[in-house]
Amino acid sequence: MPKHSRNGYQRPKDTGKTIAKLMGYVGRSKWLLAVVAVCLVANTICSVGGSYLLKFLINDCIVPGDYPKLARMLAFMACVYICAALFSFTYSRIMVHISQKTTHAIRADLFRKMQKLPLSYFDTHTHGELMSRYTNDIETINEILNNGLVQLFSSSLTFVAVVCMMIVLSPVLFLMTVLSLGLMLLVIMTIGQRSRRSFMAQQRDIGAINGYIEEMIEGQKVIKVFNHEAKAREGFAQRNERYRQSATAAHSFAGAMMPAMGNISHINYALTCCLGALLSIAAGFDLGSLVVYLQYTRQVSQPVNQISQQVNNVLAAIAGAERVFEVMETTPETDEGQTVLVHVSHSGGKLVETGQRSDGWAWKRPGGELVPLKGDVRFKDVVFRYVPEKTILHGISLYAKPGQKIAFVGSTGAGKTTITNLINRFYEIQEGSITYDGIDVREIDKDSLRRSLGVVLQDTHLFTGTIADNIRYGKLDATDEEVRAAAKLANADTFISHLPKGYDTWITDDGGSLSQGERQLLNIARAAVADPPVLILDEATSSIDTRTEKLIEAGMDRLMADRTVFVIAHRLSTVRNARAILVLEQGEVIERGDHQELLDQKGKYYQLYTGQAELS
Amino acid sequence: MIKKLWPYTQGYRKWIALGVLCSASEAVFELLLPLVMADIVDTGIPAGDTAYILQRGLLMVAMALLSMALGISAAFLSARAGQGFGANLRQAQYDHIQDFSFRNIERFSTASLVTRLTNDCNNMQMSLMMAMRLMVRAPVMLIAALVLAVSISLQLSRVFLVAMPLLLVLIMLVITKVSPLFSVFQERTDGVNLVVQENLSAIRVVKSFVREDHEEEKFKKRNDALKEIAERAFGFVVINMPLMMLVTYGTIIAVMWYGAPLVQSHALTVALLSTFFTYITQILMSLMMVSMIMMMITRSIACAKRIIEVLDEEPDIADSASDPRLTVADGSIDLDHVSFKYDPASAKWNLQDIDLHIKSGMTVGILGATGSAKSTLVQLIPRLYEANEGTVRVGGRPVQDYTMEHLRDACAMVLQKNTLFSGTIRENLLWGKEDATDAEIEAACDAACASEFIHRLPYGYDTDLGQGGVNVSGGQKQRLCIARAILKKPKVLILDDSTSAVDTATDAKIRAAFRSQLPDTTKIIIAQRIVSVMDADLIVVMDDGQIVDRGTHQELMETSEIYRDVYQSQQEGASIDA
Repeated sequence: MPKHSRNGYQRPKDTGKTIAKLMGYVGRSKWLLAVVAVCLVANTICSVGGSYLLKFLINDCIVPGDYPKLARMLAFMACVYICAALFSFTYSRIMVHISQKTTHAIRADLFRKMQKLPLSYFDTHTHGELMSRYTNDIETINEILNNGLVQLFSSSLTFVAVVCMMIVLSPVLFLMTVLSLGLMLLVIMTIGQRSRRSFMAQQRDIGAINGYIEEMIEGQKVIKVFNHEAKAREGFAQRNERYRQSATAAHSFAGAMMPAMGNISHINYALTCCLGALLSIAAGFDLGSLVVYLQYTRQVSQPVNQISQQVNNVLAAIAGAERVFEVMETTPETDEGQTVLVHVSHSGGKLVETGQRSDGWAWKRPGGELVPLKGDVRFKDVVFRYVPEKTILHGISLYAKPGQKIAFVGSTGAGKTTITNLINRFYEIQEGSITYDGIDVREIDKDSLRRSLGVVLQDTHLFTGTIADNIRYGKLDATDEEVRAAAKLANADTFISHLPKGYDTWITDDGGSLSQGERQLLNIARAAVADPPVLILDEATSSIDTRTEKLIEAGMDRLMADRTVFVIAHRLSTVRNARAILVLEQGEVIERGDHQELLDQKGKYYQLYTGQAELS
Repeated sequence: MIKKLWPYTQGYRKWIALGVLCSASEAVFELLLPLVMADIVDTGIPAGDTAYILQRGLLMVAMALLSMALGISAAFLSARAGQGFGANLRQAQYDHIQDFSFRNIERFSTASLVTRLTNDCNNMQMSLMMAMRLMVRAPVMLIAALVLAVSISLQLSRVFLVAMPLLLVLIMLVITKVSPLFSVFQERTDGVNLVVQENLSAIRVVKSFVREDHEEEKFKKRNDALKEIAERAFGFVVINMPLMMLVTYGTIIAVMWYGAPLVQSHALTVALLSTFFTYITQILMSLMMVSMIMMMITRSIACAKRIIEVLDEEPDIADSASDPRLTVADGSIDLDHVSFKYDPASAKWNLQDIDLHIKSGMTVGILGATGSAKSTLVQLIPRLYEANEGTVRVGGRPVQDYTMEHLRDACAMVLQKNTLFSGTIRENLLWGKEDATDAEIEAACDAACASEFIHRLPYGYDTDLGQGGVNVSGGQKQRLCIARAILKKPKVLILDDSTSAVDTATDAKIRAAFRSQLPDTTKIIIAQRIVSVMDADLIVVMDDGQIVDRGTHQELMETSEIYRDVYQSQQEGASIDA
């Protein structure tokens, strides 16, 4: 996905609630915030007051030529400005701390929450979307805390202070200023609206061109093979031109804002100057006041400009915060199970719970009763749908006796992977029940349940780190020997030792430098080191060529020995020696039996085996 | 670098020139305003000349209006020029990428090409826009304000000799301190994002191994590190403003101290003194702005470099020696002692001494383990890669003799990692032949066994595929890709493991259709399954970049150990579409 372009004009839905929550984070630094507030006010007073001192300097010191007084006044003024600078530095520095602390906490909470979300959430939200919570939304919050918020307040304060001083200096001149401020507001509204509209158009065209770039560059090789270059150029040129036009419009309006505002302020300056001069002739308005008033005229438009800019940023940040909080408020995976997995050892025919890893596992029921873990999995009339409209499993019943190898066969969409996803409770079933050693899986603590099941998925995922780190993901405290043994079992040791740095080879980019087959071998090693009582192999060897698969067969057999194993594979050779083979079609078990029995039935399995059936 | 990028401003140069002129004059007008103001205060007020004041006032208003017009024009012009430049640059890059060979494409990754076309180009167009408005404005402001300040009082202007170097040194200190911190900050931001990214894509692994705590721990470490550096980096940045304030106000105070005697001696008026203050602010502000722009430019330079990298990349396969009139006569293929390696610097050949001769109309199967370079071999035929040694001949002539267009029109290839594009099924099929009739499309789909499922779709050929063909299954996608290739009516048809997701029965039907409908087309089939190539006229067994055995199925069963091995490993069970 391309980085989601930040849309500065999104409006939040429930501003009040979001602000309250955001304040909950920011408010953790109450005392610091108080210091910031004090500094802000002090700074505004100092800098606005500093300019006011000019009046006395000119009227009382410079014009009459009173040097000792001038020296004193200047020293005083220097103090005021130094204070202003110090206050400004203090609150900015504190706000940096607060904003970093806040975004740090939000990021941490968001990530923690993300770990608890059900898989269905990840199915319905793209990675790009979730990533943009971190890269864009939290970033906008950070920005607004770092700069925007303080600027908004200090601008407002400065504005109020300057306006007050202006009124004090000359109410008549101030009328002039009010007029020009009104004009500025009008400009902000009209240009702002046009620029918002054209930014929206630009956003749309950016999306179109980025989508096109992504799709076409992704398929660049196909373009070459089909001599499609000229067409691709043409398609690009069209979108590029559309984007250029809308972007030109958007930036023209946005860019016009500054000179328009600035020069309205200049016109105001000119008229004030005239009016002031006339006042000074007619009503004896003093020179010092006029000079100071003119200084203020330059100062008063700046905060207006800044506020109008910051309001958009603040709204964008609130909208971003709202999206972040939305994720945080999503219902997490339900986990009310009380039964936990414990290590046990047999002593005198009785099960005894042991603290560390031992030769056996057991389920510890809420009452303290120990049930030995055998790997007996039963589905009874299980009905399941990912979305309410479409039933995936229509009342499936099946059982795996401890130590059995159960295989699932069927075409895409038949529900094979779904079944394994239900065993480790990635999804909740709608009807029926699933029991594990006689215990309803819903009564088992989720972490314990999953720890008891080792899963090797078709899609391999490796993490940035060394090869050893990646294998160790199965068991974090595995020794080097254990890691090596697991790799040998998966026949991964051979290719790993051929790598320049062996087990310490650094893997980046999801193992991009390794072949799909090699990654699958690492995946198997990772499951092997975890040494779980029950194994689920979901197309675990699909990318390994048949000869290599033969080589790892022995290792796989050792891995699967004495375990309940669920296997999904499209190569029938992989499932042939399974104790029971279940043929699935459209969410129903249509045949079951061992290889020979199924062949004798001359049903679907037979057709598949002999290559007569059409599956899609 | 500017020399390299300048050509892409074509068509917008007059706008750039005009825009620069506008923003420069706007800055000058802005600076002249306080001078007129001083004139009013100094000349108008003491003389009590109302008419003079009004006249000067109107002059100021006129100047402000003119300055507004100039400013708005500058904004429009720079937007037009900046976006135009960006569009040119984007188009040039994209057009250039179309000339890339496979090797060129691989040298940049797909993701990096996308970034260069999107983010980097956007950055460049913003930079030009900012440059036209600020980079001109700030120095003009700086110089003009200095000139005006000097014209007011040379004596007072000496304060700038202290103030400007002081501010510069301070800014430089901050920048040199901050920029290394910011690169660390960027690195750590990437670090945090990497953990999230990997966590998201591996969420099933995380959940099935119950590693949520481990992941949180990993995230916490990076998050803490990010916070620490962010606080340090931004903590430094906030020094900038107060520093600037101190220098500015310090200068103002100094000017007042040294200016007071001048006012006393009537060498300077009060109003001019106050105008001088305005210039102080302008000068120091502009100086600050210039240094900020410098920082922004360093960031753009990185983007510009990356864009230039793409533009400078020589397409390593070109139509230099080709004859545009020449077309491929038939589907015969000859590889004479061909060797090839992806990386010219590497000592290891990816393909070594391949000698293979295929007569027009033959069906050839290629077998071999993953990594044995089967795909590499067939990609030499439509000249997707260029052989390092030996000659590749199609239709009796070296592939270099044909234009790429003619060669690739004659050699259709279904890639292993194939792509469908967003649009309807029909639109995708038309890639094969732009003006194909419905009957032709239907025939191609029949041959590829695709028509049966297409007719079952609610909108038939007009079904929207969605990006990357997400609305069809793997096997269906492969059949569509085959149909698309057949539509070209090629002399050579190459299938690179293109039926792996199609079940054996359909696979057999497709091969039968090839035999009956494309008898004159040379068919080269790479497959994992032996049944897919069993009935070929010639089967080639590859291992580690070399042809180790060749012959018919019968011959190979007798002579080739590898072939027998593969055959046996697959005999125990057929594969099915999964």
